[in-house]
Amino acid sequence: MSVLGSKAIRMSTEDYSLFYGKFKAINRVSIRIPANRITAFIGPSGCGKSTFLRSFNRMNDLIPGVTTTGSVCIDGRDVAREDVVQLRKKVGMVFQRPNPFPKSIFDNVAYGPRLHGTRNRSDLAVVVEKSLKSAALWEEVKDDLRRSGMSLSGGQQQRLCIARAIAVEPEVILMDEPASALDPVATLKIETLMNELKKNYTIAIVTHNMQQAGRVSDYTAFMLTDENRAGNLIEFGPTKQIFTTPSDSRTEDYISGRFG
Amino acid sequence: MSRDSFDRELQELKRSLFQVTGEVRRNLTASVKYLEKRDMQGASMIIESDEAVNLKCLEIEEKCLNVIATQQPVATDLRLLFSILQISTEIERIGDYAKGIARISQKIGPGKLIKPLTGIPRMEEIAGQMLDDAIRAFTEDDERAAREIPARDLQIDALYNQVHRELLTYLMEKPSNIEQTMMLDWVAHNIERVGDRVVNICERVIFTVIGVPVDLN
Repeated sequence: MSVLGSKAIRMSTEDYSLFYGKFKAINRVSIRIPANRITAFIGPSGCGKSTFLRSFNRMNDLIPGVTTTGSVCIDGRDVAREDVVQLRKKVGMVFQRPNPFPKSIFDNVAYGPRLHGTRNRSDLAVVVEKSLKSAALWEEVKDDLRRSGMSLSGGQQQRLCIARAIAVEPEVILMDEPASALDPVATLKIETLMNELKKNYTIAIVTHNMQQAGRVSDYTAFMLTDENRAGNLIEFGPTKQIFTTPSDSRTEDYISGRFG
Repeated sequence: MSRDSFDRELQELKRSLFQVTGEVRRNLTASVKYLEKRDMQGASMIIESDEAVNLKCLEIEEKCLNVIATQQPVATDLRLLFSILQISTEIERIGDYAKGIARISQKIGPGKLIKPLTGIPRMEEIAGQMLDDAIRAFTEDDERAAREIPARDLQIDALYNQVHRELLTYLMEKPSNIEQTMMLDWVAHNIERVGDRVVNICERVIFTVIGVPVDLN
């Protein structure tokens, strides 16, 4: 897509559609998401943006009756042909509500590396410290890593989940409304963290918060349902352009709060 | 506040800007008319009414900031508010030029002018019409008109040069004319600046419509 110039592409879809049984939820979306940038997906509820996000780590596979056409690629490789465990190592995910495991802070972060074969306690300690530092949580929890992850505040829990996601050194982090359950201060911390993380990771975020999309993302994709209730990609481009001079009147109506 | 009331707020701001522009336009025309007629009372009225103009421009600014703070406007809405803020500053400055002309008129006093005014009223006529057309282009999002209006500023500049040269001849002819020629030159300069301010307004109109800053000067 010309809007990206010569930037390296980390994630892409080509003519991608997703069906729940006979119902088409995503209609022929083609997009190229640049590496080491934050791309925000915005659009009204039910437009398919979360479903689309989940296509990148095949989380929709868990839903009975889901079929797809077209392709979804990470680094040019079709995710449908990847081993799903390896794929999810490559593509981390952070959800709307923080969902730490009922385990210690240490075990939450070490969970992924253990699953992928790291057993040595000192190796794990290094990964845990590095991940918690990257998630800007280390200073707040370093004195007691045996504390339950569930005992942390909402904002801390969400950063723990981000630490857990990056502990397996993914290439991509998917975030589905990661700050919608947090207060403004915790939200700001997550947004600052995202800005740091994009140096090493490619981030795709679904958000209902227009200001958040404007603040944190480099690129914005606007999705909208058509008359058959299928989600379509209406416009994709640099966030600055989408929020100042969108080329499609539907994008302008949505971002300026005139519908949705 | 719903988007309906947000839209109403935007329309109200545009109306307020239109109204205050009308007042400034009247003051500009009257300032030259009172200068020609040597009407000291008229000049005082313009100076007084500029206070109200300034207050109205401040009100517009305050309302714009409130809307920006509470509505987080984007895209066209944001450009519109930004342009209203900038245009109201231009209008306020044009009001100051009219007040400046009234002040000069008072300084010259009720006596006769060294010459009948010809170029200055013509300059005002063109500048005033440009202002009318520019604010109409703004209220109607008329990009084409906004691109055409600045050409008339060249006529004002040419007239200014003409007035300036003419005043120099009066000055050289009779040294006792120095003070008044300099003051009349300052009047012409004020009107020349009005033309430039109107060109700035046209730039804001185009920016509001297409979203890209332009330089028409």
